[in-house]
Amino acid sequence: MITGSTRRRWTVTAARYGALVLAAAVLALPFVYMVSTSLKPRTLLLEYPPTLVPADPTLANYATAWGANNFGRYFLNSASVALATTVCTVLLASMMAYSFARFRYPGRGVLFATVVLGLTIPTMLLIIPQFLLAKDLGLIDSLPGLVPFYVGTQLAFTTFLLRAFFERIPRELDEAMLIDGAGAWRRYWNLALPLSKPALATTGIFVFLGSWDEFVWALTVINDVSNRTLPIGIALFRGQHGTSWGLVFAASVIAVLPVVVVYVLFQRHIVSGLTSGALKG
Amino acid sequence: MTTTTTPSRPPTVAPGRAVGRRRTRGAPGSAARRRAAVAGYAFALPGFAVYALIMLYPAVQALLISLRDYAITPGAPSPWVGLENYARALEDPVLLRSFVNAGFYMVATVPAQVVIGLLLAVLLDAKLPGRTLFRVLFYLPVVTSWVVVSLLFQYLFATDRGVVNWLLVDVTGLFDGDVAWLGERWPALVAISVLGIWKGVGWSMIIFLAALTGVPRELHEAAALDGAGAMRRFRYVSLPFIRGTLSTVLILLVIGSFNVFISVLLMTGGGPLDQTQVPLTYMYRQAFTFLDFGYGSAISFLLTLVVLALAALQYGITRRKASEVDG
Repeated sequence: MITGSTRRRWTVTAARYGALVLAAAVLALPFVYMVSTSLKPRTLLLEYPPTLVPADPTLANYATAWGANNFGRYFLNSASVALATTVCTVLLASMMAYSFARFRYPGRGVLFATVVLGLTIPTMLLIIPQFLLAKDLGLIDSLPGLVPFYVGTQLAFTTFLLRAFFERIPRELDEAMLIDGAGAWRRYWNLALPLSKPALATTGIFVFLGSWDEFVWALTVINDVSNRTLPIGIALFRGQHGTSWGLVFAASVIAVLPVVVVYVLFQRHIVSGLTSGALKG
Repeated sequence: MTTTTTPSRPPTVAPGRAVGRRRTRGAPGSAARRRAAVAGYAFALPGFAVYALIMLYPAVQALLISLRDYAITPGAPSPWVGLENYARALEDPVLLRSFVNAGFYMVATVPAQVVIGLLLAVLLDAKLPGRTLFRVLFYLPVVTSWVVVSLLFQYLFATDRGVVNWLLVDVTGLFDGDVAWLGERWPALVAISVLGIWKGVGWSMIIFLAALTGVPRELHEAAALDGAGAMRRFRYVSLPFIRGTLSTVLILLVIGSFNVFISVLLMTGGGPLDQTQVPLTYMYRQAFTFLDFGYGSAISFLLTLVVLALAALQYGITRRKASEVDG
């Protein structure tokens, strides 16, 4: 009896692993092939039949990709825009969320409902009027000009998540600080924010990754070569270098690597933020 | 002694007077309440101003622009044309084709993402060494930028010396000759759909896994003791528990599939000859290639309407199903 059920359990586990490994292989294969292509010397890029492991791996494509066409500059552009966006979004959204969670005032419900409405507006619907707005504000082809638009489009989701988190902080803590004479700002800055570090990290990561990868808006408003962000640089890389896929993929790996590192380090935060956002509905 | 409470006291004791008034006259804590209201507005205002400028104002503008023959040149008139842009859209064969293409993408990608995502979630819903590793791996395509994966799949689906053709023709012999994947309408849509599935399964997997974790272990154990196999346990224990999540995921995936954009833009650009346009690539082309902002906005609104209608329809269906189950 016991041996039979144990053997059965082992078979089930083995089958489980088999299926998982197969799925992982299929999902990972395109990435493996991308990295492998980026490591092949240029002469081999048109090889046929294709090989998964380069016989003669070289980092030459990485050196060329980084040096060519301001690629280091694009990297820096993306990093600074994403960082500025993250700081501004988390600050403004956490203040708004704190206001919705902790203060009573006329119109609060309407303001919050209006922000939640923003979750349902498809961003592409707004690209034409946003372009005209950027033109009116003189923010076309400006790298800092990307920031307010990235902040504005990510505020609703961030505020929504943070408000739910602030609601869970016991009000007694606020009241204790209030008795000590702490003003609203101190209660927000010294109490609510330190207690919400996990939620701030989660939303911050989302905003950072969203801005780092943003492509369509930057493609629409950025013209000057020196103002390009990484996604645009990569997309246009292809056009400039024809079939130099090794270069394109070396550039892609450089762009994807920070995302992968952030994701692997913070995957718990990402999963919790993702599911709390999606399961609320 | 009554002087201490009369309003006409010398200003030297003003602080004491303020306290006294709060205690005796106004409703208790009304000053505190007013302070809270001021703080509430002050905290909400900066963020809300940015939100209103970047989201709300453009949302209203989008509607107004769609009712105009919009001229981008400064000073040029942009006359109101009523619903003319919408009337034009309804008779535009390319726009119709773009919706059919998006419909194909939906049918090809949504069921596959749900089924594969659910399967992976069920496989991972167990105490398993290496579980986190698999989860991270499956989710990796989701966090990778659309730009990078679109270029990658364009390379994989290349006609000449592409890996997919090599597998189909040389390795397995399923096809006699190379397929021009990105050069024709339906093969291109298949390639774009494969990318959509590959990039999306990790997302539905994560959502389903979170929902499955909420299913009480005791229920599974009780069902197992009663002799229910894995399939039956899934059907009668897990599935009822995650029904709500399932319908949420379905609605979000359908909405997402009609908003497919970057992969099409980069893999085919809507070509050849507008054969693979989807609503958003066509809108983008009208707006930023032909500078026809009025028509582009009208297309955006039509797309939003179609997506809302689909979501409402789905919501209605799942609600009815749920009430059938309950009663």
